[in-house]
Amino acid sequence: MSTISNRKIVIPVLILLAVFFPLMTQNNTYIIHVMTLSFIWMIGVYGLNLLAGYTGYLSLAHAGFFAIGAYSLGILTVKAQMNFWLAFLLALVITSVIGLIVGIIALRTKEHFFAIYTLCLGYILYLVIDKWESLTEGVRGLIGIPAPANIGPIKFDNELSNYYLVLVFLLLVVLVMYRIIHSLSGRTYIAIRNSEDLAQTIGISTMKNKLTVFVLSTFFAGLSGALYASFVRFIGPDIGAIQITFDLLTYLLVGGIGTLTGPIVGTLLIVWLSQFLQDLQDQRMLIFGPILTLLVIFYPRGIVGGVSSLFQMIRSKGSQKSTTVSKGRTAKEMVIEKNTISDKQVKEG
Amino acid sequence: MLKLNNVSVKYGSFTAVHDINIEVNAGEIVVLLGANGAGKSTTFRTISGLSKPAVGEVLFEGEKINRKSADQIVQLGIGQCPEGRKLFPAMSVEENLNMGAYVHRRKKGQIKQSLEHVYELFPILKDKRHDAAGSLSGGQQQMVAIGRALMSKPKVMLLDEPSIGLAPLIVEQMFEVIQKINKEGTTILLAEQNANAALKIADKGYVFENGSIVLKGTSAELFANDEVRKAYIGA
Repeated sequence: MSTISNRKIVIPVLILLAVFFPLMTQNNTYIIHVMTLSFIWMIGVYGLNLLAGYTGYLSLAHAGFFAIGAYSLGILTVKAQMNFWLAFLLALVITSVIGLIVGIIALRTKEHFFAIYTLCLGYILYLVIDKWESLTEGVRGLIGIPAPANIGPIKFDNELSNYYLVLVFLLLVVLVMYRIIHSLSGRTYIAIRNSEDLAQTIGISTMKNKLTVFVLSTFFAGLSGALYASFVRFIGPDIGAIQITFDLLTYLLVGGIGTLTGPIVGTLLIVWLSQFLQDLQDQRMLIFGPILTLLVIFYPRGIVGGVSSLFQMIRSKGSQKSTTVSKGRTAKEMVIEKNTISDKQVKEG
Repeated sequence: MLKLNNVSVKYGSFTAVHDINIEVNAGEIVVLLGANGAGKSTTFRTISGLSKPAVGEVLFEGEKINRKSADQIVQLGIGQCPEGRKLFPAMSVEENLNMGAYVHRRKKGQIKQSLEHVYELFPILKDKRHDAAGSLSGGQQQMVAIGRALMSKPKVMLLDEPSIGLAPLIVEQMFEVIQKINKEGTTILLAEQNANAALKIADKGYVFENGSIVLKGTSAELFANDEVRKAYIGA
C-alpha cells in the first residue's frame, strides 16, 4: 500500500511546485506564457482522454468543440459586449448543447466509423467557422477579446494572474476526472470500452452513458477553448483545424491514453520539446513521427503506462524475493500477473 | 414465465434461428442442446435484447419484451451469463461482481447481501476478491461470471455454455451450484453441448439443429431418445 502513501506526498508536492513555479523562473513571462498555454491544452486533453481513453470512442472533432468554446466566448464578449464571466458560462453551455446534439447522432456509429464520422464533423465545424464571416469574421479572426474580468479585488491583467486562473481550472478538472474514474461511473465507462454487449447484458444503458461522456468531453474542450480565447485574446479559424485535434491526440498518446496523469506528462513534454525545437519548425515532425511510432509500439499506454509497469515489475520482483521461501510462486503465475498488471494501469495510472 | 412464440432471427439475409417456440415455467431448469452454430447463442441474444427477432415475439411474465433494450430487460429480471466467461479482466473479482449489481446500484445493503451470498456459493472467490479477474483460472472465471449474473437478482438466469473448456470435475461442481441456485428460486435457462451433465439437472429440454428446434421433451424422454444419445451423449 506504499502507492497510496506515495500519492499522498506526491500530489501536494506537484501542486506546490505548480504554485511556486513562476517564482522559480523569476517571473519569466515567456516561460509562464508557455506553461499557461500547456495547462489550457491539458484541460482539452483530459476531455479527449475521458472519451477515447476510458470509454473507447476516439473523437476527432475535439478541436471543433475547442473552437466552439473559444468562438462563443469571443463573439459574446466582442460582438455582443456581454459581461465576461456570463459569456464564459454561456460558452460552456453552448459547447455542451452542441455536443449533446452531435453526440446523439455520432454515437449511433462505433469504432472506426465513429472516428471517421467525427473527423468529417470536425472539418465541417472548421469550415463553418472559416466561412461564416458575418458571425466569426472568417479568416480575419476575432481581435480584442477581453481578458477575464475582475473577481472582486483579483485582476487578471498580467501573465501571472492568468497563470493562476488557468491552474485553478486545471486542478478542478483533474479533481473531477479523479472522482469520475474512481467511481462506479468510471468503471461503467471502462466496462463499455471492454465490451458494449457485455455491458448491456449486465444492465448498463450504454447510450445514456456514452452520451454523458461525450457531453462531458465537449464541456472540457469548450472550457479549454474559452480559456484559450481569453488568454491569447485573438482567435482565428485555425484553432478548429484538424491539426489541433491531432496535437491533442499526440499529447494524450505520448503521456498515456486511459491514465489519469498521462495528459499532464504528455502535454508538458511535447509542448516544451516543441519550444526547444522551434528553430526546426518544419523538421520537427521528422523527430516526433518516429518517436510517436516507437512509443505506440513499445508503450501503448504511453510514458505513464510504461513507467508504472516498470515500477510494478520492480515491486513484484522485490516481493517475490521476500516471499519465495513462504510462497514459492511459479513462473507461470508471474507471467499472468504481469499481463494483468498492464491492464490494471488503466485505472491506476 | 418466459415464452418465445414463432421467433425467427436474421443476420442480414441469413436466418440464424427459424420459427422456434420455447416455454420456460417458473422454477424450472430448461436446457437448450445443440452443436456449435445451431442457434442457441442467438436465441439467448434475442431473449436478452441484443438481437431483435425478425418475426415472432418474446414474452416475459406475460409482457412483450422484444422491443425493449438490453438494459431494460436486465431490470425486468432476466440476467445473463454470457458464453466464454466474458469478464472485465482489468477489474478485481469484487469489482466484477459489483458491476453485476449495476441495476441495483442505489441499494447498497442489498448489494452487500448478494455479495455475501455469492461468496457462500463460491468460497474461493472471497479469497481472491482483490485479484484481477483476468488472472483467475478458467473455472474460477466461470464462477465470477455466474456470480456476476446472480448479483442482479434475476428471476430467470440465462447460462450460455457454462461447462465449455472446463475440466470434468469442475463441470460437475458447476452444475451442482446451478442446481443450488435453482432451488433457491431462480429459474434457469441453460445452453449446453454437454447433454449428459445438463439433462441430469434439467426438467426439460429443446434440441437445436441448423437454427430450428427438431426435438423437445422432458429430460427423461430426451435421455432415452436414441438420436440424442447418439449425437450428444455418445452411448
